[in-house]
Amino acid sequence: MIRLKGVSRTFPTRDGEVAALRDLDLDIAENQFVAVVGRSGCGKSTLLRLIAGLLEPTGGALTIDGAPVGRPRQDVVLMHQLPALLPWRTALGNVMLPVEIRRLPRDEYRARAADLLDSVGLAGFHQRHPYELSGGMQQRVALCRALIQRPRVLLMDEPFSALDALTREELATQLQAMHLAAPATTVFVTHSIPEAVLLADRVVVLGTRPGRVRRVLDVGIPRPRSFGPNAYVARAAEYVAELHDLLLEE
Amino acid sequence: MNRWSPPVLGTLGAVALWWGATAVFGIRPLFLPAPPDIVAAFRAQPGYLMRAAGATLGVTAAGFAIAVVTGLLVAVALTASRTLERAALPVLVALNSVPKVAIAPLLVVWLGFGSQPKIVLVLLICVFPVVVATMAGLTSTPAELGELGRSLSASGWQTYVKIRLPWALPQMFTGLKVAVSLAVIGAVVAEISQPGGGLGAVVVLSGMSFDTPLAFAAIVLLALLSTALFYLVVGLERLLVPWARAISG
Ligand SMILES: Nc1ncnc2c1ncn2[C@@H]1O[C@H](COP(=O)(O)OP(=O)(O)OP(=O)(O)O)[C@@H](O)[C@H]1O
Ligand SMILES: [Mg+2]
Repeated sequence: MIRLKGVSRTFPTRDGEVAALRDLDLDIAENQFVAVVGRSGCGKSTLLRLIAGLLEPTGGALTIDGAPVGRPRQDVVLMHQLPALLPWRTALGNVMLPVEIRRLPRDEYRARAADLLDSVGLAGFHQRHPYELSGGMQQRVALCRALIQRPRVLLMDEPFSALDALTREELATQLQAMHLAAPATTVFVTHSIPEAVLLADRVVVLGTRPGRVRRVLDVGIPRPRSFGPNAYVARAAEYVAELHDLLLEE
Repeated sequence: MNRWSPPVLGTLGAVALWWGATAVFGIRPLFLPAPPDIVAAFRAQPGYLMRAAGATLGVTAAGFAIAVVTGLLVAVALTASRTLERAALPVLVALNSVPKVAIAPLLVVWLGFGSQPKIVLVLLICVFPVVVATMAGLTSTPAELGELGRSLSASGWQTYVKIRLPWALPQMFTGLKVAVSLAVIGAVVAEISQPGGGLGAVVVLSGMSFDTPLAFAAIVLLALLSTALFYLVVGLERLLVPWARAISG
C-alpha cells in the first residue's frame, strides 16, 4: 500500500546539504502495523512527514496505492509527539476539529467523537479543556482526534514519549485493541523496544546518518499481546534482545 | 483582605494624601484644589460635565472600535504576505512616529469641525499597538499547531479562523489594553485643539477662566473614564480568553 523506492531527503543548511534519509526502500502492506526504531537523528520524523505529504522527497518515489504523495491526503493522519491540542477547545471540540475542517456532517460525527473519548477512558472529561487534563489524557484526546476520520493510514511520531512508563503501557495496550477492532495501516515511531515488539507486525530498524533501512524484523507473536508475564515472554524477550543489539552496534 | 480591598484602599490613600497636603501647606484652590472643592465644582454643574464626559466617551469608543477592526485587518494582511509586510511596515512605523498633537489642527482643516477629525485622531493614536500586538500573536502560532492545520489541508481562511486568530487573542488583548488608554488621550488632544465639546474642551475653557476646581473635576472624570474603559477591556479578556491565564505559568 505504502511504497518507498530509493527515497532520499536532504535539507539545505548553512554548512551545505544534510542528508536525513538516503535510498530508503520499504513496502508497507494494507493494515499492517509497522514500528520504526533507530537512534536519535536518523530520520524517523522525516520519514513520517514524507509519508504524510508534509515534506517532499528530494529523490526516489513514494506512493500510496500507486499514487505519488505530494501533499497531505485525507486518509492519512499524522500524530505528533506533542498532543498539539487547541487550548480554547474542550476535549470533544478538539476531537471534532478535523470534522469541521473537512466539512463532514457534525451531528453524525459528534456521537462518534463521544464514543472514541469514552473508549480511551475519558468518559466524563468531554467538556474539559486541555489545561484541565493530565499529559496522558491530552495524548488520548489527540489519539481520538487522529482516529475520528477513520484514517486508512495512521502515522505516529513517538506519541507516548512524554508519558510515564505505566501510562505508556496502558495507552499502547489500548492502541493495540483499537488496531485489532478497526485496523489501519500504521507507522509507529518509538524509542521503546518493548513497545515496538508489543505493537508491531514488523519492526524497521533505521541506521544513522544518513538514515537507511538496516533491518526489518517480523514479529511472529500472536495477538492480542500484553506486557508482563504471559505465554510468549521468552519470545518477546528474544526480539527485544535482538533489536537492542542491532541498535547498539551503530 | 478580599480582592477588592487593595485597589480601594490604594485609591483612598492617594486621595487622603492629596487632601492632607493641600490642608497642611495651605495651598490655594487656584493652584491645587482639595477634593471637596472638586466635588463642589462637579455638583455646581453636573449636567454640563456629564454631557462633556458623554461626548468624550463617544469619540473615544468610536475611534477605538474602528482602530480594533482596522488594526486586526492590517495585522492579518501583513502576516499573510511576507512581501506586503516588508513593504508596508516601514511606512506604518514612520506614520506612527508623526506627533499626533501636530496633525490635530490639520485634521480639522481636512475633515471640518465636528466629531470626524476627533475620531480619526483617536484612531491614528491607538491603532499602532493593536497592529503590532496582533501581528506578534499571529506569528507566534506553535509549529505543531501550524503543522496540524497543514496536515488537515485546512484552507487559509480556516487556518486563521480556527487556529491562528484564537491563538493570537491573548497577545492582541495586550495591545488593546495599551490602545484603550491611548484612545482617551487621543480624544482629549483632539478636544483641546478644537474645543467644541468634551472634557478636553472643559479643561481648556475652565483654565482660561482660572476655574481650576472645574478643570480638576473634568480631569478626575477623565481618569475615571480611562480606568473604567481599561477594566472593561480586562473583563472582556477574561471572558473571551480564559484559557490564556491557565496555560501560562
Ligand atoms: N527542517 C530541517 N532542516 C534541516 N535539517 C533537518 C530538518 N529536519 C530534520 N533535519 C535533519 O535531519 C536529520 C533527521 O531528523 P529527524 O527529525 O527525522 O530525526 P529523528 O530520527 O526523528 O530523531 P529523534 O529520534 O531525535 O526525533 C537530523 O540530522 C536533522 O538535523
Ligand atoms: Mg523525531
